[in-house]
Amino acid sequence: MTLATPAAQETPERTGRPTAVITGIGVAAPNGLGTEQWWQSTLRGTSGIGPVVDYDASRYPSRLVGRIDGFEAAEHIPGRLLPQTDRVTRLALVAGAEALADADANPAELAEQDGYGEYGCGVVTSNATGGFEFTHREIRKLWTQGPQQVSVYESFAWFYAVNTGQLSIRNKLRGPSGVLVSEQAGGLDAIGQSRRTLRQGVKLSLTGGMDSSLDPWGLVSHLASGRLSRSDDPATAYLPFDTRAAGHVPGEGGAMLVLEEETAARARGARVYGEIAGYAATFSPRPGSGRPPGLERAARLALADSGLGVEDVDVVFADAAGLPTADDEEAAALRALFGPYGVPVTAPKTLTGRLYGGGAPLDVAAALLALRDGVIPPTSGIDRPVPEHRLDLVRGTPRHAPLRTALVLARGHGGFNAAVVVRSPEAA
Amino acid sequence: MTITLDDLVLVLTECAGADDDVTLTGQNLDVPFTDLGYDSLALLETAALMKQRFAVDLTDEEVTGIETPREFLDRVNHAAAQAA
Repeated sequence: MTLATPAAQETPERTGRPTAVITGIGVAAPNGLGTEQWWQSTLRGTSGIGPVVDYDASRYPSRLVGRIDGFEAAEHIPGRLLPQTDRVTRLALVAGAEALADADANPAELAEQDGYGEYGCGVVTSNATGGFEFTHREIRKLWTQGPQQVSVYESFAWFYAVNTGQLSIRNKLRGPSGVLVSEQAGGLDAIGQSRRTLRQGVKLSLTGGMDSSLDPWGLVSHLASGRLSRSDDPATAYLPFDTRAAGHVPGEGGAMLVLEEETAARARGARVYGEIAGYAATFSPRPGSGRPPGLERAARLALADSGLGVEDVDVVFADAAGLPTADDEEAAALRALFGPYGVPVTAPKTLTGRLYGGGAPLDVAAALLALRDGVIPPTSGIDRPVPEHRLDLVRGTPRHAPLRTALVLARGHGGFNAAVVVRSPEAA
Repeated sequence: MTITLDDLVLVLTECAGADDDVTLTGQNLDVPFTDLGYDSLALLETAALMKQRFAVDLTDEEVTGIETPREFLDRVNHAAAQAA
């Protein structure tokens, strides 16, 4: 199979395919709990990266994390859900509630309406690491006290799909549901699948992603990837596209998005942030194969899917791996698509760390708010950009610009690539 | 020794949490657990903790067949009497 430009059959049939719009956003991020708090922090360049404080990480080679401070689950989650939920699921429930409230959508009420029915609202999320802290505790009990002491809730609290499951139960989202697990690319894959369910008659799909795996065992698991920065300075530990790039900081959090079929959304008077105009996913060949990585192709396919061209893109939210080879590959893809310095590129994830399943949906939220406010959030800390990259990085301060189309890129450990094209509603 | 409703409430809350809007009292001994917000997993967890606390053994099949608090108390007290 050769790397080819998208074939004729891959161009979209724009008429006849349901249009997917985003009507609600909920965020849990290391630099802000709640959408507006996070967005203001992001525009100000306020970082959520800091040293591990919950336990003694002094013997670990990497000691920085993007942690959500001050999250008191009992303030947000009913008592009966606390024994059966890991931190990641609690965050997902809170962000999911915020997104649905923001969309002014009550799935149980919508299910009573014509056009919706019992299965008219679904939920498709992404997760990369499951319920780490909960499982760490239960495995400790297994080996110190015996199997009888292991909580029966471990049976699902660990599992990647549990966020989808608990969101479905709590919010009565009984339609097509699922989970996409492709590390940091998964968040875009979930949005893509969520959009796909509209073709089955779904009118509303709660999508996005969340991850939280910063407990001791979780941090060790991230260390094993060999991709974590070893710096102790929060301001310079995670520097994508910088000459000092030496890994990323792991973070927790993500975003939940309410995705709706456009005519249904407009009929119920929902406020539309923007359209998920295009989506594509590719898989890279293994390193050393001599064949090119797949990120550029994912971007081209997503653009073809949207019916737009590279000239329409006003801003790119980069994957921003923060490792030299991966950064070089992404910069090369961006030059091939847009030409040197051809489009503004930004990575607000420099303020949060990489959030795995939650990372790309948070970038989509940033893209939507950037389109809404006409401002590109800054990338933090890149004082020595790699000259050969020839990227127009938005560094330090936000850049005001009229924006109608954003391209969001994401790559997952193991070869996953995904791209989403986000379009402002006024551009329709 | 008889296991009381208070004992059950303590263990149930420890295992499966509690919501402010539902209190398990003598008034709802015959209300199905599912109506009180406790599913089969909550009961399995509760039975496991009861076994540790009160040395009463119920099989998984017995536990998943229980529908109300009264039934639960009857079963565990029966099992406790058998073990004595």
